[in-house]
Formats: sequence, C-alpha cells, structure tokens
Amino acid sequence: MSAGALFRYTLALADDALILGHRLSEWIGHAPLLEEELALGNIALDLIGEARALYAYAGTLDGKGRDEDGLAYRRDADGFRNLLLVEQPNGDFALTIARQVLYSALMHPFWRALAGSRDETLAAIAAKAEKESAYHLRHAGEWLIRLGDGTEESHRRAQDAVDELWPYTGEMFATDAATEALVAEGIAVDVARLRPEWEKTVADLLARATLTRPADGWMQEGGRHGHHSEHLGHLLAEMQYLQRAYPGAVW
Amino acid sequence: MSEAALRERALQAAAQVVDPEIPVLSIVDLGVLREVRVEGETVRVAITPTYSGCPAMRMIELSLEAALRASGIGKFSIETVLSPAWTTDWLSEDGRRKLRDFGIAPPAGVASRRALFGTAAVACPRCGSADTERLSEFGSTACKALYRCRQCREPFDYFKCH
Repeated sequence: MSAGALFRYTLALADDALILGHRLSEWIGHAPLLEEELALGNIALDLIGEARALYAYAGTLDGKGRDEDGLAYRRDADGFRNLLLVEQPNGDFALTIARQVLYSALMHPFWRALAGSRDETLAAIAAKAEKESAYHLRHAGEWLIRLGDGTEESHRRAQDAVDELWPYTGEMFATDAATEALVAEGIAVDVARLRPEWEKTVADLLARATLTRPADGWMQEGGRHGHHSEHLGHLLAEMQYLQRAYPGAVW
Repeated sequence: MSEAALRERALQAAAQVVDPEIPVLSIVDLGVLREVRVEGETVRVAITPTYSGCPAMRMIELSLEAALRASGIGKFSIETVLSPAWTTDWLSEDGRRKLRDFGIAPPAGVASRRALFGTAAVACPRCGSADTERLSEFGSTACKALYRCRQCREPFDYFKCH
C-alpha cells in the first residue's frame, strides 16, 4: 500500500466532512426555528469533529508535518478533494435538507463499512461517525418528508432542491485506481457496492415525501481531483481568513 | 515512590476530573479514561474522545493535566486513543445513577443494538414515567437530545445512546 494513496483517501473524507460542516454552520443565527438551529449546529459540530480526527490522521501519513489546522486552513481550493455536492451553497432550507439527505444516505452505510477497515485508525473514526450519521440521516429524512408532503410551496421547493442537487450525486460513487487498490487491501470502502442501499434509502424517503426521483442524466464531477465550483473559493475565503491573515495565530 | 503508589495517585487525580458540561460525571464514570500506566518515573495516561464533535474533550485534557500536576506528578504524558471507539455502553452504573439524579435521562438500551428508525423508551429522570416524548434529537450539547415528560410535564435532557 502506498502512504500517498491512504493520505489522499483520508484527506478526501476529511474535506467532505469539513466543507459540509462549515456550510451547516452558516445557518447559525439564521435557522427557521430554535430547535433547528441547535440541530444544524450539532450536525455541523459532528462533521467538523470527524474532519478533525481524519485530518490529524492524514497529517501523520503525509509526513510533511502538517497538523489538522495546516490541512484545513492553509490549502487552496484546488488542493481540496471534497465532493461538489457538499460545497453547494445552502440555498433555502429545503436545499440544505436535500443535500444532507443525499450525503447522509451514503455516509451512514459508508461509515458502517469503513468501521470494518483493516486500517485501525480509520475503523475507529468510522465507528463513531456511523452512529452520528444515523442521527443526521434520520433528522434530514424526517424534514424531507415534512417539506415534500407539506404545503404546495414546501413541496415545490423540496422538489426543486432534489432536482438541482441530483447531478452532483454521480460523483459520490466514482472511484479511481488508487482507491480500488485500497479496497482490494481491505482498507477503503467499495462505494459502488453501497449504491443499492443508497438508492433504496433515497427512493423510500422521496416516496414518503411525495417527491419524484429525478432521472439520472449528465453528472457533475471534479471535486475529487481538485476541480471545484466557484462556490468553494468563497467558502474558503471566509473559513480560512484568520489563518491567512495571521498565519499560525493561536487562542 | 513505588510504581504502584504512583499509579494509584495518578488514578485518584484523574478520578477528580469531570466533564465540564455534565459536572456530576468524572472521566472514570464516562469511560473516557482508558489507561494509566507507569513507566519508570513517567505516568502515561490514555483517554478516548466521546462524540466526534464534543468540544469538551480539549477541556478535559487540560483539566487532567492540571489535576496530575496538582497531585505532585511531575512526569506524565496524555495520549488520545481512538480504538476501540467510545460507546455509552461504557458508562458505569454509578455514572447512570448520577446522571439520573442530575436530571438527565441515561442512555436507553445498548449502542450496538439500536435501530435506525426505531425509538427507545426513555424514562423521565424526575418522576420515572415512561410516558415521554422527544422534542428534538439535538439538544444543548452534542451528546444530548431534548425530551418532555407527558406525566409531570417537565422537559429534560436525554443522554443519547452512542
């Protein structure tokens, strides 16, 4: 196994969690109701916590002496390996919820599978994240049902959100030679094998929400290779501001 | 000081460290303290994080450091171990009782046997009634959910099964 491949694999997972966690944190002070503010803040905290553990591990694999802050705050957009899905702006509440459903419906079985990884550290991080992702999926799923099966306007917005985000779901199941090698060694998860479960979870939720599953058309991709939408740069400009302006600043 | 005495002193110091968000629980009750061993004159303490997003972990580490110093232990190291992953199954019986007395319902059921869309019965920590309802799965901290008792009408925190 190459340490470089494991580093990049861990980094991509960390980037997904951090960017989505940061996106959710943007709701603080703007959520539609207090309980939801707490919920989105809690989910953000879980994701950022997962990212921290993954970055700390990635830093030890990299051998360049970068700690979690170095990886989170001092890389440019083209160095990030997150899915395009998670960097998409929050939009309205329906879009935030749809994004969470699509991501968590994969991550719940993903973490469960990774908990059986031969890599002890990844397995331990995954064992924790699996339990947390169950909460995230349940919470977002219940909201999707309520929005889809709610008023005419909430239904329309929920359907628009699912339609808008659908082209970003293909990338979640993309793989490459380096990851396949890690899968063969029992370290990484074969995401293609999780697809039926993801399809079923999403289809069941959409049905209960009286929403229509969009057709699979052309899929956006590039995040795993550092090719991002313009949104990531704006997100990083805000998230990294302090460490860029005052490198190495500590509390 | 013998190694056994040094270890005993370190254990006593560590048992004084509490969760800053649930101050009735020590890190021993929580199962956060994983190991205390002595190598020569150095005490090596291992702790494990609870919820990924728990902001109290850093605070716990600092408190542990202060407690070890205060007990006169000069040479020590604190390391974080991730495996095996912490679970609420490690909460001691004593810890569960302390939680209940503090007004927080302890985790219901066993973490390894929970269902994704199932709901476990949570008893009210004040009146003991099982007639409770969930208000929100996310509460004041990462580890708690918000519930309400239909009998005594009091809202309460529930320590989530993890």
